[in-house]
Amino acid sequence: MLWPSLARGLFRRPLTEPSTPPPPTTVAALAERLEAAAQARLGRSLAIRHVDSGSCNGCELEVNALSGVVYDLERFGLRFVASPRHADVLLVTGPACHNMTEAVQRAFLCTPDPKWVVAVGDCALDGGVFRDSYAVAGGVERVLPVDLVIPGCPPSPTMLLEGLLSLLAVQEEGAAEDPPPPAAAGG
Amino acid sequence: MSGPATRLILAGAERAPSRRELTPAAWADLPGALRQEAELELLALWAGIGAVHAAFRPAGGGALLLASTAAEESYPALSPARPAAAWFERAIADLWGLRAEGGVDGRPWLDHGRWGFTAPLSGRAVAQASEPPQPEFLPAEGEGVHQIPVGPIHAGVIEPGHFRFHVQGETIVRLETRLGYAHKGTLGLMRGKSPRAAARLAARLSGDSTVAHAWAFARAAEAALGVAVPPRATLLRGLMAELERVANHLSDWGFICNDAAFAWPHARCGALREVVLRANEAAFGHRLLMDRVVPGGVSIDIASSGMAAIREALALVAAEMPALRRVTEDHASLQDRLAGTGALRPAWAALFAAGGFVGRASGRDFDARRDLPYAPYDALPFAVPLLQAGDVEARLTIRMEELAQSLALAAALLDRLEPGETLVSLPIRGGEGLGVVEGFRGEVLCWMALAEDGLIRGAFLRDPSWLQWPLLEVAVEDNIVADFPLCNKSFNCSYSGVDL
Ligand code: SF4
Repeated sequence: MLWPSLARGLFRRPLTEPSTPPPPTTVAALAERLEAAAQARLGRSLAIRHVDSGSCNGCELEVNALSGVVYDLERFGLRFVASPRHADVLLVTGPACHNMTEAVQRAFLCTPDPKWVVAVGDCALDGGVFRDSYAVAGGVERVLPVDLVIPGCPPSPTMLLEGLLSLLAVQEEGAAEDPPPPAAAGG
Repeated sequence: MSGPATRLILAGAERAPSRRELTPAAWADLPGALRQEAELELLALWAGIGAVHAAFRPAGGGALLLASTAAEESYPALSPARPAAAWFERAIADLWGLRAEGGVDGRPWLDHGRWGFTAPLSGRAVAQASEPPQPEFLPAEGEGVHQIPVGPIHAGVIEPGHFRFHVQGETIVRLETRLGYAHKGTLGLMRGKSPRAAARLAARLSGDSTVAHAWAFARAAEAALGVAVPPRATLLRGLMAELERVANHLSDWGFICNDAAFAWPHARCGALREVVLRANEAAFGHRLLMDRVVPGGVSIDIASSGMAAIREALALVAAEMPALRRVTEDHASLQDRLAGTGALRPAWAALFAAGGFVGRASGRDFDARRDLPYAPYDALPFAVPLLQAGDVEARLTIRMEELAQSLALAAALLDRLEPGETLVSLPIRGGEGLGVVEGFRGEVLCWMALAEDGLIRGAFLRDPSWLQWPLLEVAVEDNIVADFPLCNKSFNCSYSGVDL
């Protein structure tokens, strides 16, 4: 039965452990930064569409962990969406496999502006260990304009989170210099 | 009592330990002999330059049998006798340019017409500049039958692949899977590299099974070179393999429930999995344990604080498992979705020699740790669960049972750790070897041939998914489309592992 477990959950200390040391800036500060940046840019949130360009599935495991209860991406207003048409960010994993080029580029074309491409993992950076293969063009930038790279094989969820938040910070700086894009009017 | 196919193979000339070379005429008799010996299981079929190789498992147990034959342009197909051979034959045609005469399916597989040339591993690739052809799918006919194309990009955070459904109303009439999107040319990259260098590629064939593939690859290299691995390294390999199994089974458990819209176990399993991955990081410096198992031993010894971290993680998972299992099994609304869904009949599992939870949920009683015993499992007690129902529920139950076994195994392996060496150097010489390791999905197989300079002449890594994907197509027939994600997750086949 689920009820006893839920009831126990009300009274028992949650199963928890001290988190890994936070990045230089505290999570609270990051959340604040995110809020300011995202609001200036896109209202209150960023919608992320994951695209696998031919990964080994290691990167997917860590990207998936982001939406779990431990990392809980949504508390930062970042969430995964099911279609590139709903997305602000394409999160691309894996090397640029020739067999995926057309699909990846179509997903990019389906994503409305303004949009960003985040390349996740050493493969997406420059092809990683598959760089020299006949089946691989190299990193994701060979087929898409990349705005941010989060290296690692695979990058840990903490790294992914930091990267996504830094994207917002950079966008915020950009927004301060340029006149705000039309999207800033929303929210 | 060995059957006609076994006798035919054993009559071949012995080329390497347990590999027999058949004359083209003898190979041509193989499909007929295989038909008369249904219990000889085909586990893999692959090629090298000018040769085709097959791996079989004899019914009575014992070591695997390898059979080869020379092939210049083509070879007699095995798929008329073993349907599982069809995907392998298509891959051999695409990568090595060898045609399977009389094969049941001649359509391209990994080659989508986008590499700029054909047969990349044949040594005589031909440039190709034409537009990529449209894929062809097997037809389904009947009143009101229509198609649903899905992928290669899916709605969730998963690997790329295309599913072509033929449906009638809500019911799936036929599913066909088209893979190859994640083809990275892994086998080609391995050629000419030392086993140590190529181990990084084996570790990335399928990231969720990185320990299993790296271990099978290491065993193949060690068999080829006659290297004995220090006992401490073997124990650490076993420990890592069990941690990998625990993390993956937890993940699948959560995702299966989630696909039935029951989010609570998903949340709990995700949290427990994270506990295990952090213990991995503390003990071995990598959350997924990549590049830790290398030919000759392990690349890193367990950190002094790592033992405690792992024990703590194991205890946390063990403590929560019974309650989690009760919730999963007692919830009628969840059971309603899992029981009877995506049922795979034992005859199919046997025909395709499906490994892992797919096979063991459908009555195929095989676990490489027990049936092709290797250290450290040969000295450890553990049970292999077996069910007959073959539905989503059975595949989940097998995972839950195995999880409990793995928790105990990991703890036992920790207890046995004695100080000692963890890595030996490899001699530089030629050889040939086979390695089989039970990964979380089933048995992982690696074959490797080394040239005299110690570099890889050819290699093949067979993920268990090769024999499971085709069965997913069978299991979803007559189910409703809405149950497909559930069926798919209960199989959880690797895309990258098959795409190579
Ligand atoms: S970066 Fe590493 S984990 Fe990610 S897809 Fe590439 S090999 Fe796999």
